[in-house]
Amino acid sequence: MNETTLVLLAILVPLIGVVPIVLADRLPNLREAFSLITAGLLFAVVFSLWRLVDQGARPEVVVGEMLPGLPIAFSVEPLGMLFALIASFLWIVTTIYAIGYMRGHHEKHQTRFYAFFAVAIASTMGIALAGNMLTLFIFYEALTISTFPLVTHAGTEQAKRAGRLYLGLLLGTSIVFQLLAIIATWIIAGTLTFADGGILAGKASDTVVAVLFAIYVFGIGKIAIMPFHRWLPAAMVAPTPVSALLHAVAVVKAGVFTVVKVTVYVFGVDLLVGIDGAVWLQWLAAFTIIAASIVALTKDNLKARLAYSTISQLSYVVLATAVLAPQSVMGAALHIAAHAFGKITLFFAAGAIMVASHKTEVSQLAGIGRRMPWTMTAFAIGALSMIGVPPTAGFVSKWYILQGALDAGQIVAVATVVISTLLNAGYFLPIVYAAFFRKETADGHHHEHGEAPWPSVLALVVTATGTVILFLAPGAMLELAGAVIGRS
Amino acid sequence: MRLVEHLPALLVVVPLMAAPVCFVMRRPVAAWGISLLVSWSCLAMAVGLLALVMQGGPISYLLGGWAAPWGIEYRVDALDAFVLVIVAAIGAIVALAAKRSVEHEIPEERRYLFYAMFLLCLCGLLGMAITGDAFNLFVFLEISSLSTYVLVGLGRDRRALTAAFRYLVIGTIGATFYVIGIGLAYMMTGTLNMADLAVRLPDVAHTTTVQAALAFLVIGIGIKMAAFPLHLWLPNAYAYAPSISTAFLAGTATKVSVYVFLRVVLGMFGGTGLLKAAAVPDLLMVIALIGMFVGSAVAIWQADLKRSFAYSSVAQIGYILFGVSLLSTTGLAAGIVHLFNHALMKTAIFLALTAVFMRTGSVRIDALAGIGRRMPLTMVAFLVAGLSLIGVPLTVGFVSKWYLIQAAVEAGVWPAAVLVLLSSLLAVVYVWRVVEVAWFHKATEATMKVTEAPLTVVVPTWVLCAAVVWFGLDATGTMAVARTAASFLSQGIAP
Repeated sequence: MNETTLVLLAILVPLIGVVPIVLADRLPNLREAFSLITAGLLFAVVFSLWRLVDQGARPEVVVGEMLPGLPIAFSVEPLGMLFALIASFLWIVTTIYAIGYMRGHHEKHQTRFYAFFAVAIASTMGIALAGNMLTLFIFYEALTISTFPLVTHAGTEQAKRAGRLYLGLLLGTSIVFQLLAIIATWIIAGTLTFADGGILAGKASDTVVAVLFAIYVFGIGKIAIMPFHRWLPAAMVAPTPVSALLHAVAVVKAGVFTVVKVTVYVFGVDLLVGIDGAVWLQWLAAFTIIAASIVALTKDNLKARLAYSTISQLSYVVLATAVLAPQSVMGAALHIAAHAFGKITLFFAAGAIMVASHKTEVSQLAGIGRRMPWTMTAFAIGALSMIGVPPTAGFVSKWYILQGALDAGQIVAVATVVISTLLNAGYFLPIVYAAFFRKETADGHHHEHGEAPWPSVLALVVTATGTVILFLAPGAMLELAGAVIGRS
Repeated sequence: MRLVEHLPALLVVVPLMAAPVCFVMRRPVAAWGISLLVSWSCLAMAVGLLALVMQGGPISYLLGGWAAPWGIEYRVDALDAFVLVIVAAIGAIVALAAKRSVEHEIPEERRYLFYAMFLLCLCGLLGMAITGDAFNLFVFLEISSLSTYVLVGLGRDRRALTAAFRYLVIGTIGATFYVIGIGLAYMMTGTLNMADLAVRLPDVAHTTTVQAALAFLVIGIGIKMAAFPLHLWLPNAYAYAPSISTAFLAGTATKVSVYVFLRVVLGMFGGTGLLKAAAVPDLLMVIALIGMFVGSAVAIWQADLKRSFAYSSVAQIGYILFGVSLLSTTGLAAGIVHLFNHALMKTAIFLALTAVFMRTGSVRIDALAGIGRRMPLTMVAFLVAGLSLIGVPLTVGFVSKWYLIQAAVEAGVWPAAVLVLLSSLLAVVYVWRVVEVAWFHKATEATMKVTEAPLTVVVPTWVLCAAVVWFGLDATGTMAVARTAASFLSQGIAP
C-alpha cells in the first residue's frame, strides 16, 4: 500500500469500524470482536506507516480545500508518528481490558461505548497526523465532542455535571483562545502548514509572538494546566477504560502533543528562545506540577488521585517544552510515551480493583496485594514509572528532561522535577506498601475476591511489561523523539 | 428572445401567478402540489441565475422593455443571485415538509390559505432580492410583509393573532419609514433606480433631506431585519406562528432584510461619505455586539424552544451585522456567507422543532424529556444544526465564525473578536440544555409513546443538515460567491 492510502486509512479504519460495531448491537461477542479487529487493523496500518517513516519518508496528503487557501491536510512527522503508535497500540490493549471491565461491571449501553470510543480514536489519529493547524483544530474539537458521551456514560446527575464542566472548559478554551490564535496566525503568516523551524519567524513583532504563544497555551485546554484543569478530575466519572485510554493517553496527550507541535512547528524553538517567550510558562507548569501533586496527596479516591497525578505529569511535558532546549524537547516527546504506558497501567489497576473488590478508596487497599498480586505488581511498576526510577520508562524521559534543563541552566525546571519526584513517591509508594505489607482491615466493604476478569488482568500485565520494555529497549522511541529535534 | 433571458422576471411572476391559483382552487392537496412545483422551479431558476452571474457578470433586465432609469430594472449581481438561491432553497425545502405539518397544525378549511400566502411571501422575498428599483422593492416588501402577517396569524395558539397584530403594527412602521426614506431620496435626485441613486446621491449628500433619508432607511430596515433593539416583534411572531411558517420565515425573511440593508444603505449611500460621518459603522458594531449577547443570553432562559431559537436569531443577525459593520471585503463576505449559513442551520433547527411539535404537541423544553431515544433522527439532526450554531468545525457555523474573526482581527478590533467568540459560548449553553433534556432526562409517560416524525419532515431536515456539513467541509464555493459580492459592495463605499 502506498503512503497516501496508509495515512487516510489511519483515520478511516476506526471510523468504518463503527458500522459493524453498531450493527452487532445485540451480539456482544461479535461486537467486541469487531472492536478488537478494528483496533488490530489500525495498529497494523500505523505500524506500516512507521516502517515508511523510519526509512525517511514524510508522507503528505491533501484531502481538499476547506476554506479558500486552507486545505484539510495530513503530514506524518516523527512526533505524530510516536503519538499515533502509542495510541493505536494501547487501543488494542484497552479494548481487551474493556471487555473484562464493562462485563464485570455490568455497564449499560456498551454498544454506544465501543462506537464512540472508535470515533475518539479516529479523532486522535487525525490530531497526530494533521498537516496544518486547521486540520489539527478540527480533530481536536471532534475529540472533545466524541468523548462527551463517554464521560457522561453513566447518565447520572453527577455524570451530567461532569459533562458540563468537560464540555465547557474544553470547548470554551478552544473556541475563545485557540481559534483566535489560529486565525491570527493565519493572518500573520499566511499559512497554517506545520514546518520545521516554524512559520512565524520574522513575520511579527516580539510582543505579538509572545502574546500569541500565551493564547495558544491557554487555548489548549486538554493539557489541563491550571487554572483550566478542573475538567480532568471531573471526567473520572467515566468508565475506567475511558479514564485509562482517553484521560491518561489520547485526550490529554493530544493536548500536550499540540503544545509541542505548536512550539516546534508553528513558532519554532529558536524564535521563542530569542524572545524569552516561554519563561512564564515554565513557572506556570512548575506551579501546576507541585500544586497538583499536593492535591493528589490529599485525595483518598484512587481515580481522583490518579487524575491529579496526570495533571501534574502533563505539566512535565509542558515544562520540558517550555525549557526550549533540544534535549528537553526530546524529553517532552519521550514523556508523552513513557507516561502513557505507566498511567494507563495505573488506571487499569484501579479499574480492576473496582471490579474485583468494589473498592475505590486508597484507604481500603491494605493487604489487597495478596488477593490481586498481578494487578498490584503492575500498579507498582506504573507507580515507579511515575516517580521516574529504573527500570521503567519514566526514568528515561525524566533523564532527558533534566539533562535539557541543566544544559539550558534552567534551575526552576530542575528544582521542580526534583521536588515533584519526592511528592510522587509520597502519594504512590504508601499505596504499594499498604497493598503488600499491611494486613487487610475487616470492614463493611470486605468480601472474598481474587483477580479481576482475565482480559483485564492480561491488559494491565501487557502495559506494565511495556513500561519496563521501554526502559530496557528504548531504541525506537528515542529515534522518533530524537528526530523531532532534528537528530537522526 | 430566449427563455433564459427572461429568468429574472419569471422568478417573480411564477409564484405571483401561482398564489391566486391556490386561492381559487381551495383544495389543500392541490395547493400543496402547486407550491412544491413552483418553489422547486424557483430554486432551479435561482441556481441558473447564480451560475450565469458567476460566469458572465451582472445581468440587467428591463421590465416591459422600458429603459432604466425610467422603467423598472431588475438587476442581478452575485449578491442578488446568492440571496435568491438562499430564499428559493429554503422555500423548496420547507414546501417539501409543509404538507404533514400543515395538516397537523392548520384546520382544513384554511390550509389553502397557507399555501397561497407561502407563495406570495416567496414572491415578495424573491422580488426584493432581484429588483434594482427602490420603490419596486417597497412593493415587494409589502407583498412579503402582508403575507407574513397571515402566515403568523394562522397559528393554532390564539396568541398568534396578537403576535401577528404586533408584527403588523411594527412592520408597517418599518415599511413606512422605508418609503419615507426613499421618498426623500427621490425628492433630491428625481430617480428611483438604485444604481442611478448611488451615482446621484453623493452630489446632494450635504443636504439635511438626504441625511434624514438615511436615518429613516436605517431605522426602517433595522426593524424589518430585527436588529437589536428593534427586534421586539420577532420572538412572539416566531413562537406562535405555525411551526412550518417559522421554519420558512426564520431562514428567509430577516435574511432578505439584511440584503436590503446592504443594497440600500451601503449600496446607495456608500459613496456619499455619510456613513462614516454619521458613525453608522461604529453604531452598527455596538448594536451588533450587544445583540449577540442579549439575544443569546435571553435564549438560554426561554422555556419555549421556538422562542429560544427566535432569540438566537436576534443574536445571529448580530453576527451578520458585525461583519457588515467592518465595511471591509472580508467583513462583508463573512456577513454575506453567514446569511446563507444561518439560513441553513436555523431552518434545520425549526424543522426539527416542527417534527417534535407534531409528535409531542409542544416545544416546551420539559416536553422533550428523553426524546432523544424516541425520535433519534430528528434529534440528531437538531444536534448537527445546533453544533453549527455553536460554530464547531466541519459545519457551516465554523466557516462564518472563522471569517468574522479574521475580519475583526484584520481590522485590528481584537476586543470585538474576543467578544464574538465569547458570545458563541452562550450558544453552547442554549443548545446543550436541549441535548441534556433530550438524552439525559428520563422519558415521561407522555414522551414514552412518541415515535419518530414522518419521513416527509425528517428528510428535508436532513437535507439541510447535509448541506450544513457539506458547505462546512468545502466552503470554497460559498466563499467565492460571498467574496465576489462583498468586493463589489465595498468598491462603492467611500473611504
